[in-house]
Amino acid sequence: MRRLVTDTLVIAERNLVRLPRSPDLLLAFTVQPVMFVLLFVYVFGGAISTPGYDYVDFLIPGIIVQNIAFGGFVTALGLSEDLNKGLIDRFRSLPMARPAVLAGRTAADVVTNVLSVVVLLVTGLIIGFSFHASVGEVVLGFLLLLLFGYAFSWIFALLGLLVSSPEAANSLGFIAVFPLTFISSAFVPVDSMPSALQWFADVNPFTIVVDAMRSLWLGAPAGNSVWGGFAWALAIIAVFAPLAVARYRSAAGRA
Amino acid sequence: MPSKAEETVLERADRRPAAAGEAAISVRGLVKSFGSVRAVDGVDLEVRAGTVLGLLGPNGAGKTTTVRMLTTLLKPDAGEIRVAGLDAVGDAARLRERIGLAGQYAAVDENLTGAENLTMVGRLYGMTRAQAKRRAGELLERFSLTEAAKRPARGYSGGMRRRLDLAAALVARPPVLFLDEPTTGLDPRSRLSLWETIEGLVADGTTVLLTTQYLDEADRLADKIAVIDRGRVIADGTSDELKDRVGGERLEVTLDDPEQAGAAVEALADLSDERPFVESGVVKLTVRERRGAIVDAVERLKAVGVGVDDLGLRRPTLDDVFLTLTGHAAESDDEQNGEQR
Repeated sequence: MRRLVTDTLVIAERNLVRLPRSPDLLLAFTVQPVMFVLLFVYVFGGAISTPGYDYVDFLIPGIIVQNIAFGGFVTALGLSEDLNKGLIDRFRSLPMARPAVLAGRTAADVVTNVLSVVVLLVTGLIIGFSFHASVGEVVLGFLLLLLFGYAFSWIFALLGLLVSSPEAANSLGFIAVFPLTFISSAFVPVDSMPSALQWFADVNPFTIVVDAMRSLWLGAPAGNSVWGGFAWALAIIAVFAPLAVARYRSAAGRA
Repeated sequence: MPSKAEETVLERADRRPAAAGEAAISVRGLVKSFGSVRAVDGVDLEVRAGTVLGLLGPNGAGKTTTVRMLTTLLKPDAGEIRVAGLDAVGDAARLRERIGLAGQYAAVDENLTGAENLTMVGRLYGMTRAQAKRRAGELLERFSLTEAAKRPARGYSGGMRRRLDLAAALVARPPVLFLDEPTTGLDPRSRLSLWETIEGLVADGTTVLLTTQYLDEADRLADKIAVIDRGRVIADGTSDELKDRVGGERLEVTLDDPEQAGAAVEALADLSDERPFVESGVVKLTVRERRGAIVDAVERLKAVGVGVDDLGLRRPTLDDVFLTLTGHAAESDDEQNGEQR
């Protein structure tokens, strides 16, 4: 158990020290989400009606949830690259704790997710977003965000170990996650969608988590969404973490 | 006061080299199939401590699959593997503490510096940060990477990457080292320097199993060679033993006038059991009897008026061995690396 913790930290450190050296990655974490916020608020914002809320207030929790779900992408790309370059073989030949390579990756994602949430939130505050909630609720919202992002890192970890190249991980992950985030309450009110999409959007975990965030940060009616959001995040981890670790154990380098 | 991890590391270092003569690697009846393909089909190997076994074979012969099973990366379908006295399946976790693996593709993190790469590996072997850093420093020095230690490995040359990769495999001073095609894709100078490094390790008592498709590499480094083809060991022994199996010495005659090759073949046919053949203007044959062969050949050629530019006897090379044993040349189905040699 102690080995698992230290090995996980060593791997997390490995994935974090590289960040300042990859300006392109850093750009993806910061500039790109800010660009989306500005485009949505100023291009679509006027045309989307969100009764009861300014569009900025409506959008910020949604776009932060979308963004954090994609935060794990680095894990998929990184693991796929490690497999192709034989690094996974090296790790698997070392006497280290088996889940540490994945646990270290996903833990590093939490750090980068904090970074991108802060960047987005500051952008939001500058263009007019404001909390309507207690400090406790704001903090709980942060925790939910980070947990949900962590859960998606495990999905991406499995994806990265399954596909044949970083490019494939990129396009598959995008195809799978992008529609999921759009057919939800993240960007528009669900009742503005056609009924078939509404049905999907209502059961979509993104809707549940976005609604939870709006209730925690804006004081919107919560329903079951807050505990539902935590339950979804934990359920995703419970399913995908063991699957990813099992895959890692048998992972064969493709070199 | 040394920490527990340091004690393990020191203890491991002290135990080396293992008593000479005992088997450091022993493999019996190893089998691995992928779908309907038997990639490894009943391989037996025995490597005495402190020696080098060269696993020689073309691409797709089962070399890498064998190494992957020996290094616990892949579970065998059948067979028994003992490395450094430990069972590769039942004792996999402990075995990983006693082996080093340098793969076919330099497995280094390009975004980390050379020093960071080695420190990371050291920490994953259970060393403290300070121990790992010290060990990294030693290895960087030894592999002439001290100058590049603080640069990301992305900017390293192919030879530097291989050296870093090999250094990573040596972090825990493993008594048994696996090298999967260690010099594939390297330029001749880097290749030679890597050979010298490997020879140095063996001199220090490390047991090495190396795979290669290069006959000169096996010839130079390996104490014993196992020739593997289509998942089976088709011959093994020392380089000399293998060469003896192919038979007698080769006589090679370069003619003044290549047009006379036909006449030369007729004149020399009696010296060999097989018919002489012509390869790029040189007449070649395996002589039945070494003694007097040169004089005999010169006289026979003179008698029929064939002029000789050059003439010599040579021992068969491992290339001849490979061709004779497998019926195809060593690198015939080598797609990726042939041009780099």
